Order: sequence, then C-alpha cells, then structure tokens
Amino acid sequence: MQLELNHYLWLSAFMFTVGVVGVLVRRNAIVIFMCIELMLNAVNLSFIAFSHFMRDIQGQLMVFFVMTVAAAEAAVGLAIVIALFRNKQTVNIDEINILKG
Amino acid sequence: MDVSGILFVFLGAQIIVATVGTVWSRNPVTSALFLVLNFFALGGLYLLLEAQFIAVVQVIVYAGAIMVLFLFTIMLLNLDNERALAEKFDLRKGFAVLLGGVLLVELLYIIGLKTPIPIKQTALTTVQLGEAKYIGRELLTNFLFPFEIVSILLLLAVVGAIVLAKKNFTTSPKS
Amino acid sequence: MPNDYLLSLPILAAAGWSVLLIILEAMLSRAALTRVFAMLGFALVGGLSVIGFPLQGLAFSEMLRIGGFQHFANIIFCLSGLLVVALSEKYLDDENVHYGEYYIVAFISVVGMMLLAAAANMAILFIGLEMMSIALYVLAGLMRRDVRSNEAAMKYFLLGAFASGLLLYGISLIYGATGELALHKIAIAIQTGSASMLFWIGFGLLITGFLFKISAVPFHQWTPDVYDGSPTPAAAFMSTGAKAAAFSALIVVVTNFSTLLQNSPTWSLVISSIALATMVVGNIAALAQENLKRMLAYSSVAHAGYMLVGIAAATPDGYSGIMFYTLVYTLMNIGAFGVVALLESKENLLLASDYAGLFKHRPMLAGAMAVFMLSLAGVPPLGGFIGKYKVFAAAVDAKLTWLALAGVLASAVSAYYYLRVVYFMFMRDPVGEAISAPATSSLAFALIAVAVVLLGVFPTEILRITDAALKFAQLPTQTGF
Repeated sequence: MQLELNHYLWLSAFMFTVGVVGVLVRRNAIVIFMCIELMLNAVNLSFIAFSHFMRDIQGQLMVFFVMTVAAAEAAVGLAIVIALFRNKQTVNIDEINILKG
Repeated sequence: MDVSGILFVFLGAQIIVATVGTVWSRNPVTSALFLVLNFFALGGLYLLLEAQFIAVVQVIVYAGAIMVLFLFTIMLLNLDNERALAEKFDLRKGFAVLLGGVLLVELLYIIGLKTPIPIKQTALTTVQLGEAKYIGRELLTNFLFPFEIVSILLLLAVVGAIVLAKKNFTTSPKS
Repeated sequence: MPNDYLLSLPILAAAGWSVLLIILEAMLSRAALTRVFAMLGFALVGGLSVIGFPLQGLAFSEMLRIGGFQHFANIIFCLSGLLVVALSEKYLDDENVHYGEYYIVAFISVVGMMLLAAAANMAILFIGLEMMSIALYVLAGLMRRDVRSNEAAMKYFLLGAFASGLLLYGISLIYGATGELALHKIAIAIQTGSASMLFWIGFGLLITGFLFKISAVPFHQWTPDVYDGSPTPAAAFMSTGAKAAAFSALIVVVTNFSTLLQNSPTWSLVISSIALATMVVGNIAALAQENLKRMLAYSSVAHAGYMLVGIAAATPDGYSGIMFYTLVYTLMNIGAFGVVALLESKENLLLASDYAGLFKHRPMLAGAMAVFMLSLAGVPPLGGFIGKYKVFAAAVDAKLTWLALAGVLASAVSAYYYLRVVYFMFMRDPVGEAISAPATSSLAFALIAVAVVLLGVFPTEILRITDAALKFAQLPTQTGF
C-alpha cells in the first residue's frame, strides 16, 4: 500500500466530523471546547497533508497561525468558563443550549 | 506494506480511538487525556509528512501548553464529580448525529474522488520544506505582516483572559 | 505605487495605538483616560482612512489589499467604535464596571475588523476574524458578576469558535484544491483550471462560517441570547461594527470569485434563499418580542437578510448598496441600542410598554428614538429607506424581483414592531415616575438622528463615494497592477 494524500484527508475528515457532532451533542462547555480543538486539529492535519503532497510551504505557515490563534482562543475561552463557574457552579450548558434559540 | 504504511495505520487507529474517546467519555478528564493522546499521534503523523518543525510545535504547544491549560481548568473547577450530567439521547441529538453522518459521507466521497492537486516547482526537497530554517525564512519575508500582527492578538488574549478571570476586580452584582 | 507602510497606515496606526492604550492602562489604570485615548485613536484612524482614501494597491507581499472600499469600511468601523465607546461610559458606570480594559478590547476588535476588510490572503482573513471575535467574546462577558453576561459570553464563544472551525476547514480545502492562500491567486487558479468539488465544498464551508458571524438563518439562534446577556453597548458593537466587518469580508470574497459565481445558478439560488429565510424569520421572531433588546437582536437578523439581498444580486450596485446600508445601519442601530442602554441602566426598563409617555418627559430623546425606529423600519425619507431601496433595486436589476418583493413585504411587517415603540412613546400616558436622563446624551442622540435624516435626504454624495470605493476594490488582476 502506497500512502496517498487521500488517506490523510480521510482521517482529517473523520476527526473533523466527529468534532462537529461532539460540539452539537455534548453539554459540558469544556468538552464542547475540546471538540472544537479536535476540529482545529483536523484542519491542521489537512493543511500539512496538502502542504507535503503539493511541495508548498504555505500550508505549514497557516498551521503555525492556527496554533497561535488556538492558544489565544483557549486562554480566553477557559477564562470565560472560570467566570461562568464562579457565578453558577456549573459548566452544564442546559440554559446555553447550542441548538436552541 | 512499508514502514511508513505501518506507522500510518498505527497512528491513524490511535487517532480514531482518541477522537471517538474524546467525544464519548463521560468524564471531562478522560476526554482531555484522550485529546492529549490525539495530539501526540498527530505529531507523529506530521513527522511522517516530513513537517518536523510543526510536529515539534504541535507537541510543545498543543499537547504541552494548551492541554495543560484545559486540565488545569478542569482540576481547578473540580469538574470531576460532575459526571452525572444528563447526557441523554433526544431528537435534537439524533438530528445532529444525522447531520454529522451526512457531512462525513460527503467529505469522504469528495476526498475519494482524488482531485489532482497542483504540485509546486520548488528548489527545496520535501524534507527541507519542513525545517525550521525555511519556515522561519518564509515567516519573516512573505508572511511577515501576519506574523507581526498576530502579536496584537496574543496581547488581546492576555488582556481578555485577565479581565475575565482575575478575582479581585471590584464590581457589584447587577440588581 | 505607494509603499506598503503608507498604504496600510490606518491598520498600522490602529495596531500601534492599541499597544499604546495597553501601556497607558497598565501604567496609570485610569479608565476615563483610556476611554478618551481610545476615542482619540478611533478619530485618528478614521481620519487617516479619509486622507488615504485614493490610495490603493497590495501591501506586504500581497497580504493586504487596500483601496477605497477598505478605507470606507475602516471609517464605518471607527465610527461604530467611537459611538459605542462614547455611549458606554454611563452604562458601565451604572453597572459598576470600571475597567479601562473594556476600551482596549473594543479598540483591538476594530483592528481585527480592519484586517478582515483588507484581507488579500486567507491567513489575514482568519487572523482578522479571530481578533475581532475574541475581542467580542471578552466584551460580551465583561459584566463578570452577572450570570447572564457570563452565559452570553460562553454561548457566543462556543458558537463563534465552532464557526471559525468550519471556516478554517473551508480554507484548507480551498488551499488543497488550488494550492494557494492568496485570494487573487486562488481566483486565477480557478479560472485556468476548473472549480473542483473539493473547491466547492471548501467554499461552502467558508461561506457558512461567515453566515454564522452575520447571524443569517439558519445560523442565527445565538443572536438574541447573546445580545440580551451582553452589556448593551457591546451588543450595539456586535450588531454594527462586527456585522459590517463580516459583510466587507464577504464582499471581498465574492467579488474575488465573481466570474465563477456569476456562472453558477446554484450559488445564486442558495444565497437568495438564505436571504429570504433570514428576512422572514428575523422579522416574524421580532414581532413576538416584548423585551426591546431581544427585539433589536431579531431585527438585526432581519437586517442581515436585507443586506444579503445585495450579495445575492452580485452586482457592483448591490455591493455599493450594502456599504451604504452598513453605514446607515451603524448609525441608527447604535442610536437605538444607545437609547435602550440609557433607560435600561437607570431603571432596568426594557419592555416597549416601559417607554410609555417618554415624549412628555424627554421630547428630544423620544424624537431621536422615533427617528431610529422609523429608519430601521425603512420609512422614507430616512437613511434606512435609501439603504433598503439600493439593495432591493440592485436585486430587481439582477432579475431577482421576487426576492426584492419579499424584502419589501418583510419590511412592511417589520414596521409593526418598530412603530409600536413609537406609539408607546408618543401616544401613551406615562406610567410611574418620570424617566430621567442627562441632557447631554439626549443631545448626542439627536445628533446621530440628524445624521440618519441627512443620509436619507442627501444620499447621493455618500453613494457616489461607495460606488467609487467599489471601483477601487476591483481585483488587481482585472485592473492590471
């Protein structure tokens, strides 16, 4: 078996969709946030795979920026979780239901 | 099957298990640990794709820094004993799973078409493309502007995280 | 061709100024001072954009595209930031939130918006979007002791990050299909080859990410909760500046792929249906709202629908109409939110019936609010009418008469809930004691109202500018530099 681009992309698509489903079905804010990290990492995998098979360096730079942004997002997101927890003693998203208006 | 194929199957299986584990686990700590496993496996795949620099950054930044932040928050809030969250299956979730399934099938199919991708002419070998030296050079020439401006974003994150989570800001609750 | 630094001077100045604000706040920690400096900064950056208006070109290794469009958008962002900061003071004082950081975060959000409008590369597009969004998450959660504010921030954050994930996956698939991150190079790659399925699904995900940010149906559910829970000035900022930025980026992306999209009946159908659904759902949901903040939130969904009509028309007239619309919308919506914030912070008055008899006590404030409401409803000769007229006319020209008709019907429905507020203010007798508000803020609102009226009576000058701005925004590949 020769490793091809689509093997990596399949894996990335799987990670991404499982992340999407996780965001939609889970109730714990931190777990939802972890599912979002899964999605971002799926994207990174596809960037690196494209970059490798195209012999193009731009994809790797994009991953570099995604990581930076993800770190910033994690800092702010977890600060929001802590602020919410201080007032509510829970991170359950019952009232903050994602699919409900 | 050569060595890289075996490695791919091994790491890929690890990623699939860890991905499902992250979403499936009842306990947030277990989820977080599965996610760490996932990030390590991804680092391995990046090495397989000859992106050495990104692989190292992946392990240091993601598995090292970001996940520690997650675990730290979980421990700080003592979420461990909240495993009795009502995660029951209802129509809304069924719809979400269906949606995800459709998206997955669609993506798998389109990737399976094996659309030919453009291959760039470059003097560098694929190994060199992943080296810190060449990434750094690109970062400080063509990508200089985003590289510099992203520092404002990091400043914002520092200011924002402090203002939201610091304890001794004096405010009174809204009546 | 002017050099990189001169071209991107407004963005660089804004980035530098935000650092200055941080230093100022860290050294002196005087919120009032930071606030004044933030307002100065907005004025400065807006002024630089006015001066630099004719400059155009690509800057910093084709990372930024600067032209009249970007400068015009910058002016809208700065105006939005300036007004929001100006009307935040009293609200924040009443809520007992005395953080200078508020102004810093709002300022950095504007830097993100400017990047978003000026993006010529997916990397800048993503960084700009995230910079704007992360700042807005912080603003939403700023009333840290208020559970509703925490929840608003949480919900906004999770959905915003989710939308960014979708958008980013879209970018990666487009990168895979074309091998480029620079927008104009992607367009060239698509023209020389053909758009593969991989590109289309990537493009779809990218647009979905944007639709989340502009709260188009079916991705609008977060809007009322987030606007309701956030500090009211922050909600005003989200509904004007952030929406204007997302629309600018959307216009940049769709004009970039215009040749491809014009030949695609599916695209036109999809975006028209989304525009239709957004107008209908936004207006019908707004009818049922008693709480004015939620009513304005659904109204902002409906207005996103009207603006999407301009995107569906896909003509320079449509885009020019959207730009004019975002300008008017920024003024009238910040005005409306500002009046709500003023009354909310005193007595927690949020229902339309609480506004009964406002005219008797505060004629100027009630008059200004009436102008905002009528303009939002699209009553001629106010600014809101011209904005709607421009996008609907563009839709008719683009043979989307049904969409324009639906838009007119939807705005007729919307008149009910806007006029209800006016009815309460003017026709009902006040219940309870008089609502007090400082005279200076009434004057400020009166000025905004005058601007809305002027935009409605003399729109030609601004429309000439938006038309010209759009010509500058043409792709470098097409104008050949």
